Amino acid sequence: MSEKQRALEALAAAQWKLALRLTAAMMAVYFGFILLVAWAKPLLGRQLVPGLSLGILLGALVIVTAWILIWIYVRWANSHYDATVTRIRETGR
Amino acid sequence: MSTSLGSPNVAAIFFFFLFVSVTLAITYWAARRTRSTEHFYAAGRSVTGLQNGLALAGDYMSAASFLGIAGLVALSGFDGLIYSIGFLVGWPVVMFLIAEPLRNLGRYTFSDVVAYRLRQTPVRIAAAIGTLAVVTFYLIAQMVGAGNLIKLLFGIPYEWAIVIVGAVMMAYVLFGGMLATTWVQIVKAVLLLGGALILAVMVLLRFSMNPLALFANAAERFGAQVLAPGQLVADPLDALSLGIALMLGTAGLPHILMRFYTVPDAKTARSSVSYATAFIGFFYLLTFILGFGAMVIVGPDAIKAVDKGGNMAAPLLAEAVGGEGFLGFIAAVAFATILAVVAGLTLSGAAALSHDLWVNVVRAGKAPEHEQFLVARVAAIVGGLVSVALGIVFKGENVAYMVGLAFAIAASANFPALVLSVFWKPFTTRGAQASMLVGTFSALLLIFLSPTIQVSVLGRAEAPFPLRNPGLVTIPLSFLVGMVVSLLTKEREAAENFDAMQHRLHLGPEADQV
Repeated sequence: MSEKQRALEALAAAQWKLALRLTAAMMAVYFGFILLVAWAKPLLGRQLVPGLSLGILLGALVIVTAWILIWIYVRWANSHYDATVTRIRETGR
Repeated sequence: MSTSLGSPNVAAIFFFFLFVSVTLAITYWAARRTRSTEHFYAAGRSVTGLQNGLALAGDYMSAASFLGIAGLVALSGFDGLIYSIGFLVGWPVVMFLIAEPLRNLGRYTFSDVVAYRLRQTPVRIAAAIGTLAVVTFYLIAQMVGAGNLIKLLFGIPYEWAIVIVGAVMMAYVLFGGMLATTWVQIVKAVLLLGGALILAVMVLLRFSMNPLALFANAAERFGAQVLAPGQLVADPLDALSLGIALMLGTAGLPHILMRFYTVPDAKTARSSVSYATAFIGFFYLLTFILGFGAMVIVGPDAIKAVDKGGNMAAPLLAEAVGGEGFLGFIAAVAFATILAVVAGLTLSGAAALSHDLWVNVVRAGKAPEHEQFLVARVAAIVGGLVSVALGIVFKGENVAYMVGLAFAIAASANFPALVLSVFWKPFTTRGAQASMLVGTFSALLLIFLSPTIQVSVLGRAEAPFPLRNPGLVTIPLSFLVGMVVSLLTKEREAAENFDAMQHRLHLGPEADQV
């Protein structure tokens, strides 16, 4: 196995690990929300302040979570991933 | 409250003609730049991250999002928001697993990626079947929505409305290809985001710019249960099944996947998903305000009087807060929304027919450029005619439900094969074929056996399959079948080419081979 091949496999493994973790995080948050919707209806209907039920707050937070997870990925990819790709392309390892 | 809906609205017709004129001018400009299949399918790979982000948002935010969700929230409160959230959470999955591999491995369609290290013919036939099934269901939903909407807003007959949508959309696709379609999406996305924002601000002006005051008012007048989950997700398994289909379906929609070929590189593909998720998330947060605004300001009874499904909640709200002129503007925006989505869908259907089936299967990849171009345009005409016919045949179907089914088929047919082909070395041609075909047909079969068809449409007492959306069964099934069949049919070449694929996936198509 060439050095280039090894560097590439390490990068692929790192990318896959992060992608899988972030996907799992998004699924956990979203399905957690759906399960609450299905089984904890009275809890989600509780109003924290007049007009803001726990359900609406958590729903908006699911959207915000999607933004945050994407931000985490883009930050990693723009710095670490892109730099490694450039290095492998130019130096071959 | 009285409404002018149903009679011709001068402002709506003005804004509609303005939109069509501008987009046809764009099409004329794009047509002069569209000289090859590279331009026709992929806009010459010249689209920037922000532009593609807007175009993705334009392709994704269909009439179901704008009219359907606002209507659901206006009629049933919190339950409608479950759709808003479900439609957004697929985007991170697209970002983490799909966008960059797609850009680096394919040329025009997602089957390029699945077929990358497998045998072309069987994979492409299966992928084209899945794509066409998704596009057909999605098209029906959009066309039926367009027909009803235009009938209500412009006072012209349903069939005429369908024909107008078909004709304008075909002009975009046929002459302007992906470049024109992309700019139509961008114009539409800006109009839709702007229109929804103005509408939301006009609603909030009545509640001292405080959304919570609006929600509290809704709870006061219609009971606190409008802020809590209700009957729409009565069955937990039904909720899970719809949820998983919405989440994973996004990453399998052919017209969305095709957009990643219009950008120059993987980095731009990445930035376009960031922009798209920001725009789409912002829009879905606005639907919270539009829905409850329509509930409080227009009232559920007035909305139901115009359209039982609640689809006219947003236009009615526009009329209530901004008068007939603003109604006209919002109506034209909703129409532009449908027109643009239909154009994107038709282009992806045409790509499946011509690039996957004709060029790569019938002609074994050896068709000359001018022939590919001709076949692509013929396929676009066929796609346009089929969508007009489907729109007329399926008059009266429930729009949001059809979109949910299109997502279920996309998540079962396309998503598992796409992920396995990129990330799982032992994947084989037979495995891919089995996964895509089982995904497509099990989804179609279970939809047919579901309560919606058996009980609501056919009037039986009970349905053999209990879930309304098949995703919970068919998505794992498609993964499982793909993996088991792959392990049973070892394919040395597919495994050997995995490393070359990884090389290109990360370093890009321009990098040297190992």
